[in-house]
Amino acid sequence: MAKKTMIEAIRDAHHIAMEADEKVVVFGEDVGYFGGVFRCTAGLQEKFGKARCFDAPICEGGIVGAAIGMAAYGLRPCIEIQFADYAYPAYDQIVSEAARLRHRSGGQFTAPMVIRMPTGGGIFGGQTHSQSPEALFAHVSGLKTVIPSTPYDAKGLLLASIEDNDPVIFLEPKRLYNGPFDGEHDKSIVPWSKHDDAEVPDGHYTVPLGKAKIVREGKDVTILAYGTMVHVAKKTAEDQGIDAEVIDLRTLVPLDTETIAQSVQKTGRCVVVHEATRTCGYGAELVSIVNELCFWALEAPVERVTGWDTPYPHSQEWDYFPGPKRLGAALNQVMEA
Amino acid sequence: MTDTGRSYLHVPEPSFRPGDKPTFDEMIIPKAGAARRPPVDVHPDDIQDLARTIIRVMSSDNEAVGEWAASLSDEEALEGLKDMMRLRTMDARLLRAQRQGKTSFYMQALGEEAVACAFQKALEPGDMNFPTYRQQGLLITSGYPMTSMMNQIFSNSQDPMKGRQLGNLYSSKEHGFFSISGNLATQFVQAVGWAMASAIEGNDRVGVGWIGDGSTAEGDFHAGLVFASTYQPPCVLNIVNNQWAISTYQGIARGNAATFASKGLAFGLPSLRVDGNDYLAVHAVAKWAIERARKRLGPTLIEYVTYREGAHSTSDDPSAYRPKDEADGWPLGDPIERLKGYLIARGVWSEDRYAQMASEIEDEVAAAQRESEAIGTLLEGDKPGPRDMFEDVYEEMPPHLREQLAQSLKEAGEG
Repeated sequence: MAKKTMIEAIRDAHHIAMEADEKVVVFGEDVGYFGGVFRCTAGLQEKFGKARCFDAPICEGGIVGAAIGMAAYGLRPCIEIQFADYAYPAYDQIVSEAARLRHRSGGQFTAPMVIRMPTGGGIFGGQTHSQSPEALFAHVSGLKTVIPSTPYDAKGLLLASIEDNDPVIFLEPKRLYNGPFDGEHDKSIVPWSKHDDAEVPDGHYTVPLGKAKIVREGKDVTILAYGTMVHVAKKTAEDQGIDAEVIDLRTLVPLDTETIAQSVQKTGRCVVVHEATRTCGYGAELVSIVNELCFWALEAPVERVTGWDTPYPHSQEWDYFPGPKRLGAALNQVMEA
Repeated sequence: MTDTGRSYLHVPEPSFRPGDKPTFDEMIIPKAGAARRPPVDVHPDDIQDLARTIIRVMSSDNEAVGEWAASLSDEEALEGLKDMMRLRTMDARLLRAQRQGKTSFYMQALGEEAVACAFQKALEPGDMNFPTYRQQGLLITSGYPMTSMMNQIFSNSQDPMKGRQLGNLYSSKEHGFFSISGNLATQFVQAVGWAMASAIEGNDRVGVGWIGDGSTAEGDFHAGLVFASTYQPPCVLNIVNNQWAISTYQGIARGNAATFASKGLAFGLPSLRVDGNDYLAVHAVAKWAIERARKRLGPTLIEYVTYREGAHSTSDDPSAYRPKDEADGWPLGDPIERLKGYLIARGVWSEDRYAQMASEIEDEVAAAQRESEAIGTLLEGDKPGPRDMFEDVYEEMPPHLREQLAQSLKEAGEG
């Protein structure tokens, strides 16, 4: 089995999906001839032709709107928004249109489509190339929201998303594209080729939507994480010598509450972690769910570790990023309570 | 304006407000038959003048004149008259039903019936409209059952949208009528995307985008034009300029700088402006544009010049912002009266037969309404239940919605 970066895994998923189903079309800014600014669609136009993989005007609302029309026709568009930060002009098309089409038309029209977008920080991208807007999508009924943390999951989840008959927001943690990132930004990057989760089988497989994965078993505290923070959580637990169970949620909607509840019932402690801003972040939902399902098993209040409620900064990136130090302090707090 | 020596903000104002005596003297109305009909493969640059005129077929003598005439037989024109009459009759009855509290909201197409009715007549099964909320004439013309429309208006248990949508926001895949959002302009670029899919699939099914004059200010209008221009899919893009966006006159969407049709010129799209109250002209231009699309000659932009005779909706009172008698002076007349006059002049119709047909249509619409109201109205009779609210959010109901449904059914005493 070959090792792949997350970019290669995503590219592989595209090739397999487009080979398997001629209804799958791929487009977005710079995705055609050039193959995408992160190279996730490289080779698709050459292999499948310009009608199935093409460049779009710089018009996110148009990209999503056109994809909705295509999906209503019977195609299965898998489109790229160049950065999640650029999705806002398309928000109306995503929220009021793609998400609601099946419901508002009495099931006559549907929007089976995937909207891929690189998310999160850690690359010195400043305000408009670093945001984590997952809560804005998870809040919307009718959307599924997916975020992988490994090349293996990226490929399997993307194939599952393309085959899903509902609109899926597929957030790709861009800091993980070329290697896992445990938050220790001053150390040299470990490439995916040195990581077990980069083993990506050839050919078709899926990772089901709505299923979390326990990526580190433990008895003392549950860490709920997704995307880049999964790696930060694992590393912090190791370094602190805490027997933490780390759950990679993988899909935010629908959420695997069963796996969460089982773990917190066992550990009695929980820390919720994400890069995104704190107020009304997805972590708030997770804390509520843990309280609803596990309150009587809790030994300590649930802690939330997040980015600050500021715009994502440039030079202060590592002051903003919820790295091992912030997470470690929260873990100590719940363990001491 | 006097130069006061400092900058000022230009805010366009309509020529007339309540209390004023409205005229449309400043509106330039070309003679019927004056505009040429170019071949469908004409280069867009060669017909830029058609974006700035008004293509008209029916003359003041009720004759069809010029190169755009004769796209319809007398029988077809008569069907068109009947479609418009059914639409107007249905609108009037449902407006009353709203006033009687049988539904929450209604929007009529009064005065602009020809636009949707004549356009639909030029389409084929398999084509798809992406309409706004004032194109119920498309459904009437395509033979969608009037009772189904009313069941939706009343949100009763037979409502095809299962109580989820406002009444006027219809949807019928079978009748080539895409689900209406209620958010404006979103459908315009979706229509282009649908037509792109038609091209990707190697088909010649035509996607039709609809938008109002006010909504052309939205980004999605420009997105639609960019995508249409770039990918040249088989689509027709329709702007219904009925002069008013709720209380805002059309000048606020463009400051009277140019016609709405001329917005297509910068995108290299053939752009035509047509008399929207002239059933024959609308049909002829629609047919031309659809033929272009079907022959893989690309998209066409069309502006229909018409007038919103009624209120925006049942929640609106136009006497607050425009002269009450403004509609009376509208120089392009009434679409039903004009087509009726044409058919009478042709000798294939008469006032008596018109009156008889009006009475038959009144009976037909009343019967449909009785049938629908017997099933239920918004406040009485069988209604969609909580389960209908939870279904179709996703293809399969996820666990969190199943839990919420159970709770909702319990609240409703059905659990």
